[in-house]
Order: sequence, then C-alpha cells, then structure tokens
Amino acid sequence: MIFKLEDVTVYFPYDNIYPEQYSYMLELKRALDAKGHCLLEMPTGTGKTIALLSLITSYALSKPENPIKFVYCTRTVHEMEKTLAELKLLHNYQTRQLGPAAKILAIGLSSRKNLCVNSRVLAAENRDSVDAACRKRTASWVRGLAAENPNVETCEFFENYEKAASAAVLPPGVYTLQDLRAFGKQKGWCPYFLARHMVQFSNVVVYSYQYLLDPKVAGIISKEMQKESVVVFDEAHNIDNVCIEALSVSVRRQTLEGATRNLNRMNQEIERFKATDAGRLRAEYNRLVEGLALRGNLPIADAWLSNPALPDDILKEAVPGNIRRAEHFLHVLRRLVQYLRGRLETENVEKENPVNFVASINAHAGIDQKALRFCYDRLHSLMLTLEITDTDEFLHIQTICDFATLLATYARGFSIIIEPFDERMPHIPDPVLQVCFLLSFLVHVFSSSILFQRLCMMFGGTPAQNPLLSCHDASLAIKPVFDRFQSVVITSGTLTPIDLYPRLLNFHPVVSRSFKMSLTRDCICPMVLTRGRKKFNEYLLACYISDQLPVSTKFDMRSDPGVARNYGKLLVEMVSIVPDGIVCFFVSYSYMDEIIATWNDSGILKLKVISVSILLSDTKCPLFLQEIMQHKLVFIETQDVAETTLALDNYRTACDCGRGAVFFSCCQDLRFVLLPGAICIFPTVSNCYYHNLVWDVHSLGKVAEGIDFDGHYGRLVIMFGVPFQYTLSKILLARLEYLRDSFQIKEGDFLTFDALRQAAQCVGRVIRSKADYGMMIFADKRYSRHDKRSKLPGWILSHLRDAHLNLSTDMALHIAREFLRKMAQPYDKTGGGTRKTLLSQEDLEKMTNDGSINDILY
Amino acid sequence: MSSSQVTKRTKYKTSVKDPGSPGVLRMNEQKLMFVPDNRNSGTKVVVEFKSIQGHKYTKEGSNKPPLINLSFQGGSYIFEFDSYADLHVCRDFVGKVLEKSRETSTTATEKAAVTLADEQLSAAEMQLRIKLLQEDSELQKLHQQFVGGNILTEAEFWATRKKLLNKDSSMKSKQRVGFKSVMISDIRPLTDGRIFAEKPAVHRAYLNFVPKKMTEMEFWTKYCRAEYLNRTKNVHAVAAEAAEDEELAVFLKEDDILAREVRKKIRRVDPTLDIEADEGDDYTHLPDHGILRDGSKEVNESQNEFYRRTLLQDLNRHAAVVLEGRTVDVEREDNTKAVAEALAHSKQGKQGADGNENEDRLERIARVPPIEDLQPPDSLPLAPLSIKDAREYFDSQQVNALKTSRDASARRESRSCNTQEAYASMRNAISEIKENGLSDPIVSSDVAIKHWTTIQELLRHFWSSYPITTPYLYTKVTRLKDAMSNIYPQLEVCFLQKFTSLAFFHPYGFALNQLLMKKELKESLQSELRHQVSLLVRPMQQALDAAIQHHDVDMQKRSAKSGEKPNGYT
Repeated sequence: MIFKLEDVTVYFPYDNIYPEQYSYMLELKRALDAKGHCLLEMPTGTGKTIALLSLITSYALSKPENPIKFVYCTRTVHEMEKTLAELKLLHNYQTRQLGPAAKILAIGLSSRKNLCVNSRVLAAENRDSVDAACRKRTASWVRGLAAENPNVETCEFFENYEKAASAAVLPPGVYTLQDLRAFGKQKGWCPYFLARHMVQFSNVVVYSYQYLLDPKVAGIISKEMQKESVVVFDEAHNIDNVCIEALSVSVRRQTLEGATRNLNRMNQEIERFKATDAGRLRAEYNRLVEGLALRGNLPIADAWLSNPALPDDILKEAVPGNIRRAEHFLHVLRRLVQYLRGRLETENVEKENPVNFVASINAHAGIDQKALRFCYDRLHSLMLTLEITDTDEFLHIQTICDFATLLATYARGFSIIIEPFDERMPHIPDPVLQVCFLLSFLVHVFSSSILFQRLCMMFGGTPAQNPLLSCHDASLAIKPVFDRFQSVVITSGTLTPIDLYPRLLNFHPVVSRSFKMSLTRDCICPMVLTRGRKKFNEYLLACYISDQLPVSTKFDMRSDPGVARNYGKLLVEMVSIVPDGIVCFFVSYSYMDEIIATWNDSGILKLKVISVSILLSDTKCPLFLQEIMQHKLVFIETQDVAETTLALDNYRTACDCGRGAVFFSCCQDLRFVLLPGAICIFPTVSNCYYHNLVWDVHSLGKVAEGIDFDGHYGRLVIMFGVPFQYTLSKILLARLEYLRDSFQIKEGDFLTFDALRQAAQCVGRVIRSKADYGMMIFADKRYSRHDKRSKLPGWILSHLRDAHLNLSTDMALHIAREFLRKMAQPYDKTGGGTRKTLLSQEDLEKMTNDGSINDILY
Repeated sequence: MSSSQVTKRTKYKTSVKDPGSPGVLRMNEQKLMFVPDNRNSGTKVVVEFKSIQGHKYTKEGSNKPPLINLSFQGGSYIFEFDSYADLHVCRDFVGKVLEKSRETSTTATEKAAVTLADEQLSAAEMQLRIKLLQEDSELQKLHQQFVGGNILTEAEFWATRKKLLNKDSSMKSKQRVGFKSVMISDIRPLTDGRIFAEKPAVHRAYLNFVPKKMTEMEFWTKYCRAEYLNRTKNVHAVAAEAAEDEELAVFLKEDDILAREVRKKIRRVDPTLDIEADEGDDYTHLPDHGILRDGSKEVNESQNEFYRRTLLQDLNRHAAVVLEGRTVDVEREDNTKAVAEALAHSKQGKQGADGNENEDRLERIARVPPIEDLQPPDSLPLAPLSIKDAREYFDSQQVNALKTSRDASARRESRSCNTQEAYASMRNAISEIKENGLSDPIVSSDVAIKHWTTIQELLRHFWSSYPITTPYLYTKVTRLKDAMSNIYPQLEVCFLQKFTSLAFFHPYGFALNQLLMKKELKESLQSELRHQVSLLVRPMQQALDAAIQHHDVDMQKRSAKSGEKPNGYT
C-alpha cells in the first residue's frame, strides 16, 4: 500500500497495516525531520522491522536532494539475514511501484567465514583459520612473492577483484550474504573485499552491533561512515552485552603456554630475518621512531583487528624506545607472561584494581605503563614486519597484548579478580585460569544504568543519590555515538520505562515513545502448571487424593524422579494434541541432558533400585521419549553450534511438512559462571554491579535469544522450571552482597526478577503477528506464587487468568484443547467494532481525510 | 498390468468354417470389441469379458490357422489372426483378464452382499468398489447400512460417489511410506536399513567388511557390543576397548562421514536460522576474549572426547533421517546386503541431483513469510497428504484422548467410596452440568458425526431425486422417506442412550451413572440431558423436517395432478 505520511509518501509492501505501525512510522519520521535521536519501544509481533525499513527507505526516496545513509545493526547474523530478506521484499515492491528510481544498494556485511567463496580457504575449521587461510593468499607480501614465483598460492577471487579495480562494483539491489556469495562466484570476485569496499557506496548497510561498537572491529570497518547516517540498533535492550563482551579479555594457563610458543616462534623469525634481511627490521625500527606510520595506508587485505581500546583513548605518539627493537619487545612480553603465570598460582580469590596491577607489573617485571599500553600496536607492527600470515596460531600472544593494552589504558572502572579453582569441582585442582576484562564504555553504561534504575524502581529503591550514576558518566560514555551520527534510533520490544533514558543519558531525543499492542483476539494463552495429572477425578467424590506431586526444578525436588515423570507426562500428552511445533526450554544444559536421559531410560534398570512402595506410586518414566516420538520428531539444542543449527533447520522442515516436531532447548547455556581458577579483571565494585546485572538479564541461550518460533513453528512453549542462576557463583554472590548493602535489594528479589525475565524471553518468541497464536506453559509450582508471577511482563500477565494459575496436567490439557479449537475458528481480522486493529489503504485514506486517524494512534 | 489394451488385425468368424469378416479387434480389461473393415456388411461385436466363460486356441505347429475361440453362454466368438505371434499376444491377454475377472467375481460375491441384476458391472469396477470399501471403514458402514438395508440400490449408492470411482486406481500416485518416527529401542539391524541411514560409518564398514573380513553375524555382534559400550557412558572404557579392537573402533569413533555431511549441509541451511554464522561473525568471542560462560566455552581437553557420542546427538540424527525419508524402497527385509548396496547406490545418485534440490530450497527460503494478516501468505508447494481412511486415522487420534479418561475410570472401579460423599459430589456434578452444560467435545462430536453422515447421505439422495420424473425415482424417494422417518424418532432416544452410556467415560461420567441409578434424580437429569441433546439434534431434525415436508407437499401436488390426469405417472 502507498500512503502519505505528512510530506513523505510511504511505500509499504503489504496490503494492510497495523495502526501501531502507522504511529511508529509517524514518530520515526518526525525524529528524522528533526535530525535527532529517538527511542521507540513496540512489543514483538507488531512488525517493527518492516515499519522501520519502509519508513526510512521511503523517507530517503522522497528527499533525493540530501541522501541519507542507513546503518542497521542487528544482534546476530541470522537476524541480519531476516532483515535483509524483508528489505528485499520491500525493495521489490518499491521498484515495482516507482521503477528504477527506487533502486538502492543494500548489503549485509559479515566475516570472511560467512562470505568467502574460495573452497580451499573454506575448508578451514573456524573463523580464525579462515581468516588466516585468506591472509596466506592475499597478504601483500605473499602476492608480491607470487608475482615472481608461480608456485606460491594466491586466491583467484581476490586477484580478479584487484584486477577489476574500480570496475568491481555491485549493481544496485539488496544483497544478503547468500546473494553476495553468488554474485562473487559468478563474477569471480572476492565477495568479502567487494562488500567491504561497497560499504561506503551503499544506501543501506546491515551488520552486527560489534561492527560499530567493538573497537577491534569498528576500527577497520566502520571508520568512514558519514555523519548523515541514520543508525538503528534493533533489539537494543541487548546492546550492552555486546559492549561488555567486546572489551573483555581472559587469560588462562593455556593462553600463557600458547603465548610462550608464539614468542619462541617469533624469536626464530627474527633470527632468520637478521641473517637474511636485516634491513627490514631496521626499517621497522626507523618507522617506529617516527611514530606508527603503518596505520591508514595498509593494503586492504593486510588489515588486522584493531586496537582493543576506544579510538579516542589510543595514544597518538611514537612507540616508547624500550620496545622499538624487536628483540626488546619480545623480552618485555616474556616477562609479562612470566609475571601473569606467577599471579595465577594463587590459592585465594584475589581482587585488585588496574592501577595496582600495573604498579605490581612495574615492580616485579619492570614493564612501565606506557610500554604496556603500546603492546597491541607494537605487536601488530612486528607481525607485519615478520610477514606472519597464519594469524590463527598467534591468537594467544594477541590476547596477552590486548590484555596489556586495556589494562594500561584504563585506570578507572576495573577491578581484577583471581579465582584459584573450579567451585563446581572443588576436588579437581583444575589448572585453567582466567583473566577477564570487563569494561563499560559506549552505550552499555547507559543502558545498564537504566536496567538498574528500572530494577530499583521495581523494588522501591532510590538509586538517584548514587554518585556513580551521575549524568556525567552516562553522557560521557554515550557521547561519541550520538555525536558521530545524525540520527540514532534505539528500538526494541522492551525499553520500559522509556522516560528514564533521556534523563540518564543526558541527551535529548526528539522522540521517545512506547507503543502498546492492540490484539484482535486473545491469541496467547499462558498457563501455570503446578502438579502432575490427577489420578482421580476432582469432581468425583472424596476420591480426590492429594498425591499429585508438585512439579518444580527447585533444588530439593530437582532430582525427584516423580518430577521428571510428571514433566514427561505433560509433554507426552501435549504432543498428542498440539499441532505442528512445540518448544521446550529447560533451566540448564545439564538438567536437560539429565531429564532426557531419564525419559529415554526404559525404566528397567531402575526397577532394581527403587523400592516396591515407590514402584506402586508409579515412579518410572516408561519410555516417554519413545512416546513423544510417536507423535512428533524430537530435535535438541546441543553444545555443538553446527549441530544445533541443523537441528533447527530440520525442526522447521518437520513443522512445514506436517510431521510436527518438538525442540528442546535451554535458557541458560550462556550463563556466566566463573570458571576454574581464574583471574578476573572486573569493573570496580561500584561499576561491578551494573555489568553483572546486565549479563544476567540478557545471557540467554543462543536459541532463546534470536530464533523466532512464530506461526506453526511454535504453537506451544513449555518452560520447565524457573531459570534461576547458579547461586554458587562467586561473582553472583559478590553482586548480591553489594546489592543488599548498597540498595537494600534482597537477594531473593533480584534473583526472581532475573529468572522471570529470562523465562519471559524464552516464551515470548511464539507470536509474530496478530493472526498468530500460541500457548505458554510455565511448569513449576513456584510460578503460581504472586511474588514470582508478578515479575512477568505485562503482555503475558494480562492474559494470565486466575483460573490458569494452579493447573494440573489434565486441566492444562483441557484448556489447551479449548484454546486451540477457539483459535482455529475464522475471525474478523480487522478487529471489527469501534477500534480497528488492521487498516487497509482505504481505511487509512478515509481516516486521514476526516481526521479520525488521531483517535486510533497509540 | 503392462498392456491394458491389445489391438490386432483379425477376422471374425461365427463358426470355424465361416470365411469371416476382416476387421480390428480391440481388447481392454473390461471388454473386447471387434470392428469390421466393411462397416456395412460385417457385424460389430462388443462383449464384456465378464460374460466370457472360457477360451480355446489352436496350437502352433498344427496345420490349423491361428484361431482363438471365446465361449459364452450359448455360443462362441471365433477370431482368426494373421500370425501365431498375434494369437499368442491375444491369448495371454485374454487368459490374464479372464483369470482376474474370475477371481474378483468370486470375492465380489463373497464380500458384497448385494449384486445387482439391473447393472452390468465389470469386474474391474467391482474390484475398485470393493477396494474403496475396504480402505474406508466409514464408507463401508454407510454401504452396509443403506445398500444392505435395501434403502438404496448399489448403483444409487455409487452414483453420488462417481469421483471416487472415476479416479483410475493406477493413476493414484503411490505415497511412499517413510520411516517411523519412533526410534528403535531394540536392535534389529535387518529391519529396513535404518541403521545404515542413521550411521553412515556403520554402512561403510558393512560394505567393507562383510563378507570379506567377517560374517554378517560377526559384524552385527560387534555392532551390538559397540552400542552396549556406548550406553555405559564410560568414556575411558570405550577408549580402551577401541584401542584394542580396530574394527570395534570403527563403530565407536565419531562418524567422520556424518561430520562431513554436517559441514556440507550447514552451507544450505536457512540463513535466518544459522547460529553457526554468528560464531563466524563474532569477533568478540575470539578465544579468551569476552566472558567465559557455562557450557559454551569449556575446553574439551580430554582426547577421549573423540569417543563420546551422546544421546542428544543420536536423537537429532535420528530425527533428521526420518525427515529425509526413505531413499530406497526396501521390501527385501531378509537381505541386508542388498539394502546396504541399494542405499549406497541411491546416495551416489542423490549427490548428482543435489544441486537442483538446493536451488529449490534456497528459493523457498528466500521467500519471506509475510506477516500473515497484513498479506495472505503464498501457499507452500507441498505434496498433498493422502489419508486413506479418514475415519480410522481420526479414531486413532481420539483413542489417545479417550485413553486418559478411561484410565481414570478404570481406577475408579477399584475405589470404594463412602455413599454419603458420593452423593454430595454427585449433586455438585449435576449443578456443574447445569451451569456449563454437557460439553465434552469428544463424546458429543463422536456421536453427532456418526448420525450426521447417515442423515447427510439420505438427504443427498433424497434431494437429488427431485424432480420426480420416473417411477423409479418415485419408489426411491418413498424408500428414502421411510428411512428418514424411521431415523427421526430414533435420533433423540439414541442420543440419550449414547450419552448415558458414554457418560461413563466422561469426566463427570461416574457421577452421572450413579445419578441414573437414583430414581428421584433421574427425572431432573434426564431433562438436563434432553436439553443438551436437543441442542445437538435440532439441526439434524430441522434438515429432516424440511425434507419430509417437501415430500409431503410434493405428494399432495402429485395426487392433485394425478386426479386431473389419471394417465400420468403413478
């Protein structure tokens, strides 16, 4: 449909539009008009992405005199593909309506691993080895050698691309990664370098957050984005996670061992060069004396991951004299590695701040702060000089240098924790050690503060008095991002309370709005299941007996075979009545593993162990898995990402072809647990709080995080248990203590808040549109308690009826049947009545003309 | 049948000595037809094979011309062919057809109770009907009820189902049966090559080892041993055994073919699901950068990791294989070797076709599923599902549903309860029913559907008979009307009975039953039930009413007319 939004003609690829989308576009348009930033919150299932895309592209089309660039950041590659696919649909529509004038260039950008088409390079296992294999063929010195010696292998795609030079351009269109590969293959050009090159010419760039936020990556990819850009962070509640991750480094004993090997190898190389080409080392020395002349004019294929520190914090001066010579630098690194090794041999948990740590390095290893700070640059230069292409082998020493650079650059905002052994396996003296840097910089400071604020509001605390939350901090951190680009759009399904953001960030968004979702019918059905099947009919006499075991993953009940049995029975019964896809979330990998094994057991082995009395109460789980498979295929998330991906793909196929499937996943796989014997460098106590909070709120399983189970891919989600954190974690305990002392927030309250958010995230992926429908079962008796339940988000709570709060399996079954039958009936999609939930083009025109459009705006 | 039609030049003779008229003989499975060249003089013959009782033919080598003699009651047709070769072709064809029709006619008489005099039914058609009846129990029930009950004739019954009959049975595409969803829990390697499909390494080992290196028996013994070891979950024991026995190690090691396949498949996975691509893009997760997390980054330092195969992996693999479907049509259950080879063959073939399939897939993926209510979605190109016997299928689904309530009732019997309490709860149950109504979907829909189909069948025939133009239709309508008026009073009673009997399985059933025992309550319950029943029955009754009323009106008109025109139709 095509409609006028004030002075912009919007091309929207569908025949109908939700009123929410219309309002969303209107607000966004006003923000763009004002060339300012905005915050927009709209629940999932309202077609946020397509509304955003069609408005911004239409806006650009209607104002050809000042072209804007559109940078769209997603969390993951598959979300990026989803966005590009929607953009393609939109672009097709726009070109159909407007002809070639509407043509734009839109590309997705990813790593070599995802874009490479050279089969020999792709044969490498992981991203790092793909990178290295690519460098081996494309580095400037390798190509130089190949010009003389035909036996040196190069990459024909890169050579062709170089040969084509300025002729190598992408014609207008929307290119997903798949399309880029196909195009590259067809032309014989390297899609990776082509895409990197085309970033500056394209109207729309879609890539992941870190390409803009992680200084290591942003430094080489996003350096030259113009100011007239609209930057969108989609699902932005998650952005802080990326920032924290981006600035974290951990060092374990393996790392140190690897680093030592790297140093030895570099030493050999230096000796070799000394013998054969001493001039090269001298040239490097001279260059370093003049300052780091390397930067900026490197051939594109030689580019390396950038400095881990933020661009503004990198010293623009010459490398200090004591590490200019290659041998000297190696000695410094050796001493550093030696020192770290010594620190790891502690037997207690230690906590320190960077200033002390640097001082201690200075005292014991004789390395001053400045030398540490230049570690990254010096290493980079040295590796180029030594013409090292197998970069994947040198990751260890790179880690050490990143560590040193960060440590020496930031005196504030860190604390260091060293943990000596694995708390989960205290009897095993595990040698793995970890050094972990956590640093809050860009956006995550503000967003984590907001989360914190939100939390405090929830518990009635008053965080505003805390000097650490001063606007100074937040605005300082966010400033570069907001300063650099004309419009930054932060949008997500959950940004409440939205009015806090501007205050905390000390910036003035021109628009900050939160939209609600209007539903045409009750298309979600949350239930709380608290116990197993009733053996005897409730309506029937006194036969009501109370042996229905409550279900819970509570610590003391978790291992009860009765719970596993009840969970199994629930699923067995549900698979027989729910069509298509069912998703099950477990609280952790280990629990999932355990329970599936129980369901698979024939019960025969157990017979011998359990006593007769238990037998009578029917404790075994007789081949539940087999029973489930009678009805649906079973797919499971495993720790192997490739396998999980295939399982997901197969799951979808099974749902598509009507066979139906169950997907088992867990919502805790990314839980932060401090690993065995680790030194952990942390934000200082005061800062510490936010980061921990943020991790835990957002650290979901990979599947729980980004994969949609909309439509027939998910008609039912079962959340087995309450996903509480691993409460023995030292970090968690420290944080809880801090929370209690500083803000009088009870541990229990915090844990509940956290767990319920996770659960809500997991179940929230079933709805995609108003026509979609799905059920959610919270299978744990603890959900029935008010203090737990009330932490669920409003859109779930509003559908959670009192009658559904304390269900047994058979009652849940009955409700499910009723619900499914109700949903299968035809209904009026426009919502009927006075309040429309779906607008056609005529509706929209009529309403705009008579002014009633304002009534329906949200 | 390979040649369902035979056409030959021949001469038709009424007797052996007759010079015969030349022409073309055409035979298909139902009948034979002779068309003489000279249309004016020659006689055209059309005979159904059913009426042919036997056939004789001259032997090759004898001096006689190639003749075939088809005898029927009271005579015979004689055809003379140009050559013996032609004769043989026809002879074989006739032989086959006759044999078949004889078979079917015997079964037909056995199975179909009614054969009709007024209908010339070919054997093949009969067979088709029988097959349809056998495949669809619902249809069979109706057939028995109406045709068996002399309400409808066979021809009338099938007349409304021409569609079913029209479909050439050979045209129906055969739906290939896939693997069962259920995992094999007991080890029966010979079943259907599923182990080979799920474990390519075992497949390869089989092709390599049997029978060169070991016998089949030994092979499967080894396999079972390996399975057993895997189940013990003792990684070290597995590693130790594998180190000792090279062949055993083949089973225990990670399946390298699978690993390769995974790498290949991951390339064509739906990009919107590709978590693996994230890993490839994720520069924050350089080794040792980022935050260490539970489960995701633990280093597998143990080299025995190699031998760890988890249940979860097996489950995923199994489901994937089931989804892929059977690549080989395996009916040779006894021959594992053949299965193994066929599988290997089909795999090779598949590799060639892979490219195409891949493109289709990508195209399908590329189509974004639009937001459903903003735009109707494109229909996916899916193969139609053929459920042969819908009744049976849905019954089996209902059994599951019913089972649960039966469970409860079975237990109930063992329970003796206090009368007082029982009574109290009954009262509750009644008030419950009064408030909510008897709305258990299983019971009501089950009964209702059964009657609906009957009534619909009757109505369909009834209305299709109008306007009544022949005496035949008149009798038919009368018959139908009688049947309807028979059903009419039954409806309510029947429903009431059904309810009360089914009430036992109903969640409130036990209470209901008890109630029925008590006289003073019976009345109130009955009225309650009556109300419920009437809700269900009313639409049916209305439909019947309309039909009967129409019939009566028509009768009146008719009688009025016939008063004027005594020579009209009866």
